[in-house]
Amino acid sequence: MNDKKPLWLSASALYVTALLSTVFVFIIFCAAEGLFMSGPTLFSSVWAPDSQQFGILPMVAATLALSFSSLIIGWLLALGCLCYIHGFGGKTSASLLSALLRIMTAIPTVVFGFASVFLLVPLIRDAFGGSGFSWLTATLVLSLLITPTMAIAMEGAAAQTAAETSLTAAALGLSKAENFVWVVLPASRKWLRGAALLGFGRAAGDTMIPTMLAGNAVQYPGSPIESFRTLTAHIGLALSSDVGGTAYYSLFVAGGILLALSAGANLLLRSLRGDGEE
Amino acid sequence: MKMKNIVMTAMICILTASAATAAPLDSFKGQKGKIDIAGGTAHIPVMQEAAKRIMSANRDIRITVAGGGSGVGVKQVGEGLVEIGNTGRALKKDEIEKYGLKTFPFAIDGVAVVINPENKVAELSFEQLGDIYAGKITNWKQVGGADAEINLYVREDGSGTREVFTEKAINKGAVSAKANVVSSNGAMKTAVAKDARAIGYVGIGHIDKSVKAPKLAGMTATQENAANGKYTVVRDLYMNTKGEPSGLTALFIDYIYSPEGQQIIKESKYIPLKRK
Repeated sequence: MNDKKPLWLSASALYVTALLSTVFVFIIFCAAEGLFMSGPTLFSSVWAPDSQQFGILPMVAATLALSFSSLIIGWLLALGCLCYIHGFGGKTSASLLSALLRIMTAIPTVVFGFASVFLLVPLIRDAFGGSGFSWLTATLVLSLLITPTMAIAMEGAAAQTAAETSLTAAALGLSKAENFVWVVLPASRKWLRGAALLGFGRAAGDTMIPTMLAGNAVQYPGSPIESFRTLTAHIGLALSSDVGGTAYYSLFVAGGILLALSAGANLLLRSLRGDGEE
Repeated sequence: MKMKNIVMTAMICILTASAATAAPLDSFKGQKGKIDIAGGTAHIPVMQEAAKRIMSANRDIRITVAGGGSGVGVKQVGEGLVEIGNTGRALKKDEIEKYGLKTFPFAIDGVAVVINPENKVAELSFEQLGDIYAGKITNWKQVGGADAEINLYVREDGSGTREVFTEKAINKGAVSAKANVVSSNGAMKTAVAKDARAIGYVGIGHIDKSVKAPKLAGMTATQENAANGKYTVVRDLYMNTKGEPSGLTALFIDYIYSPEGQQIIKESKYIPLKRK
């Protein structure tokens, strides 16, 4: 729309697009090879590369289960943080919470994972049985991990709306909390969904937390205290010890499915957002 | 006369000292360049010590040592990214064919079953161990322990430790799908040390006070027993090169097989192997 856009802008846009397309093409090609080599065993439930069984369905199910369980808890936590910061909390404690959330985004996931192995895993084991490496453990930590990202995304929108409406609301005799509940929150609906999308992407893509805490047994998610393996953990585990051959190429299929999953979630939430809404 | 004696003694001392320390490293004299090593994590102590000694004898040689696991070792050496790729398992046939690899077994490492030190169980038979891993025995009470559920831990596919355990300790038996999978000897030790109901396995060199190795079919898991054949769950550690090694890489491999190299292997708690 603007003729005077500098060359380097177009160049960098082109570069990034080309780079991303290369990644997509590479994964699709390798996934096709993996599909060809492993054939129908890929879409079965047994992962036993020694006996030519490359089933990755339990891991697809585990990825979905863990992402959604963490998303639900994390999103509610993020919403809670938002309500506290913009509506109900005291000024000092609200800004403290806000600062804490920002600090949390900077903590490497491996630190969360490592601390949880020593603190949370024994607690879960003693309270609920099993080995402690479980869906539940991974969900608790993963939801904590994605909460700050989502809360900050929500907060950006809410802060702007609150700033725009606070004078009018005060003139109408609304308290800060009332303004938040009746005006700010409904106006930020789009952003609440956007935050969920961000959170889902992070939850589905995280590797460290499920590898360290979910136990990595290849089985369908049954009970919250049982162990399972996500696609990301699977890729990480298999990559470090196996190269070449069908098992290796089947990892690209896993990567492709992961890609399709987050692209699918993106499209779904985008269509939910709709066009008529502001 | 006295003076002469002192000088003589000093000279003999210097000569023998230099003969003792420099001889194995003599071959590196006048050499220049670098060697990159990656792969199996069990190898790292040996590789690092050898690299340190070579580099302090000759400043013109640079040796880097990285981990990554057996698979990484095969891939990187095969693709020419490193000169030596280490594996804790024998190379697969397709790996040798695909990359044209030469393999050099240089040490023996035993793999031991480990349980939590709180666990009273002192001995397991091969049959019991197989049944535990297959998920047929699910309570420690069934093998003489406390009335508690058994939590299984295994290593990931392709792990050298897992391979020798599956082959020699549970006779290629099935492993329950509920078993937790951990990705290194260290992670295994942490898991078992923290879980009173756990059973897992690690390289013998990794055993310390945090875990307990019960007798396996009457055999005590020590490196001495692994060396003299009294403990049978053992594997070799390998260095691998793409094609016949040459130049510095060949010298490095020779050094590992030299008496000094064998000493380093012993100090790293493994049993040295003679060159085949």
